Amino acid sequence: MAFKQLARKPLNWAERTYLPQIIMGLKITFWNMLKKKVTLEYPDVRPVIPNGYRGIPTLVKDPKGREKCVSCQLCEFVCPPKAIRIQPGEIPEDSENAHVEKAPKEFDIDMLRCIYCGFCQEVCPEEAIFLQKVFSLSGYSREEMVFPKAKLYELGGTYPDQHYKWEKKRSAAEENQANGHG
Amino acid sequence: MKEPENNFISVFIDEEEILVPSGINMVEATRLAGKEMPHYCYHQKLSVTGNCRMCLMEYGMPLTDRATGEPILDRRGMQKIGWLPRPAIACATKALPGIHIRTDSELVRECRNGVMEFLLINHPLDCPICDQAGECSLQEYASDYGRGYSRFVENKNVKPKRTRLGPRVMLDDERCILCSRCIRFCKEIAKDDVLGFIDRGSYSTLTCFPGRSLENNYSLNTVDICPVGALTSIDFRFKMRVWFLKETASICTESSVGVNTLAGCREGKIYRITPRRNDEVNDTWMPDSGRILHNPVDSDDRLVHYTIDGKHTLVEEAAKKAADILSKGAVAVVGSGRASVEEQYLLRKIASAVNAVSVSLVSRTGEGDGLLISADRNPNVRGALLTGLIEQLPHANLTNLATDVETGKVKTILSLGEDLTQCGLGRDLLEKSNLIYFGTHCNETGEVAHVLFPTLTVFEKSGSFLNQQFRLQTFHTAVPGPAGIRPDIDSLGKLLHCLDPETIPPSNTVDIWASMSSGIPQFAGVSVENIPKTGLLIDGSQWAQLPFIEGKSLHYDPATQQSEAMNISK
Repeated sequence: MAFKQLARKPLNWAERTYLPQIIMGLKITFWNMLKKKVTLEYPDVRPVIPNGYRGIPTLVKDPKGREKCVSCQLCEFVCPPKAIRIQPGEIPEDSENAHVEKAPKEFDIDMLRCIYCGFCQEVCPEEAIFLQKVFSLSGYSREEMVFPKAKLYELGGTYPDQHYKWEKKRSAAEENQANGHG
Repeated sequence: MKEPENNFISVFIDEEEILVPSGINMVEATRLAGKEMPHYCYHQKLSVTGNCRMCLMEYGMPLTDRATGEPILDRRGMQKIGWLPRPAIACATKALPGIHIRTDSELVRECRNGVMEFLLINHPLDCPICDQAGECSLQEYASDYGRGYSRFVENKNVKPKRTRLGPRVMLDDERCILCSRCIRFCKEIAKDDVLGFIDRGSYSTLTCFPGRSLENNYSLNTVDICPVGALTSIDFRFKMRVWFLKETASICTESSVGVNTLAGCREGKIYRITPRRNDEVNDTWMPDSGRILHNPVDSDDRLVHYTIDGKHTLVEEAAKKAADILSKGAVAVVGSGRASVEEQYLLRKIASAVNAVSVSLVSRTGEGDGLLISADRNPNVRGALLTGLIEQLPHANLTNLATDVETGKVKTILSLGEDLTQCGLGRDLLEKSNLIYFGTHCNETGEVAHVLFPTLTVFEKSGSFLNQQFRLQTFHTAVPGPAGIRPDIDSLGKLLHCLDPETIPPSNTVDIWASMSSGIPQFAGVSVENIPKTGLLIDGSQWAQLPFIEGKSLHYDPATQQSEAMNISK
């Protein structure tokens, strides 16, 4: 490709003193000193995380303290980096939630593998797994970073429930029983 | 119309003409045409009841003038079709010559949508906790024909969720769609009529007859054929979702019937064994006792080290040491009816290389049930006959071998997978002799063995068995064996190579079959790749006179087997 070479324009007298440039630079500096701060004193000060942020995935309980996960293993199936490991188990018949029948015996998420894609939250038919706003995790060993069920519930806490699906099922059963069926 | 050829008739499915065997029904005919006719209650191996109504279709016959018998033609000069004004069920409609059916018309689709809506009215929709999810016809057809939401606002029926029908089968009545497959199976195949419906309408419930339970040895087949998650296996319940399982074709080692199975495994662990359809052997069934045979695979007492006199070593060293011992002569070889044809062939070669004093097999017997368990509990005795390992049928006790060891005629015993202490050779006798043992699990024979080769179970290796019909059937590696353990044919091949340096150790079953098909006349032309899925019948007429102990079972009759063999030999 053809190109044209241009001669550099010689600096004029004012430019040769460099003073206008220095003054311009200082102007920006002083103006920024008066402006509101955009940085934070991390980690002493933490940023406000917007809603919908995808941090670490955790298990949650419903407001009545029932563990919502029924170990259907769809999150394990959908998880792209295979970070989730579930060992399904049965809820004993004398338990309060016996009508749910199934709950995870073990539920591990390897936080070193997790890519925070949020597929697990999206696929969960029981609304039992949610991505939290926690974005920084650290540990001293790889084993420590595989979070077991207890830790996931501790981090997840309680979430509001709009359906109480299993509660409804139980009350329907009781109603039918009262009507002589079932 | 196409010319019908012996017992084939011509039917028209969605205006496409195909030839189907006469006597089959329209569900099968549509399957042959490569189309799907959704159904729940119909099962190929059971009687037709037609109670699910899912296979509704439109059908019609070519019209003829009743007075003259002349075909009635339409304007184009084609024979007119008299379509029935209402739909009919395909499972109870036999394929008639010239019948026209529509499997995908507006009416048919509406019928299916309607049936699906009714079936889902009382369905609990607990797929997240249902073991059938992933292989559930209700799920599949709901995605094809369901409306996606329910118009039913009333309370759903509530039925018992955890009823134990028997020691192995759990019933969830809410999920049941009353197809009655399980009832028909128990009545027609298992001949143990224990199931039935009680109550009426939507309160109908599946139960066992009073005082009875579903405990026959075929009860888990009801779980397999249940189109929904109503019947579930207590053993497999909540263990693993089925979409994680990789299914590998295997052969059941329970008896010489050679039931075709699928081993469902995930990450090196077997979770369940289900039957694989083979209309020549087991149809679509298998006994419950065969489904737990995968348990020893994971047990803690597996042998995991090649050992010489108690010291761990490499397979090459073990083979060298074993060859040293064997080449001293006075060797007795004990084969196994549980070993594959390939292993038995290599063992026979070893036996002839060392001029074995005797070659014996240990028989295992039990009572046959006339269906899928035969009296001979070794899966592959006929393989030992074919490969020339033995000439006579085996006995349960090795009394001859015991006397040979006592008299000093035999100084070395090579046992392929048989625990000799269980068949008449005491520990003291074994200690007197040099023992080379190939085995999967720790036992007394393994403890006294000088050279010990750990071997793999049937789920961890590939090979073939010859069942009672002389049908050659292959099994494949479902899970990897313990770390560092070579397949049995590999260890045997290395041992053979040490004994006779001219033989090249085979690297896989293909190599062995190349040698077997040239060496054994009955196996001529057989290679392991071209054995069909339903197995390959081998000519066993040479052994027809042997007093095989199997009685009659599902697709086997010793009397006809023998007469056929006589005909072949004539």
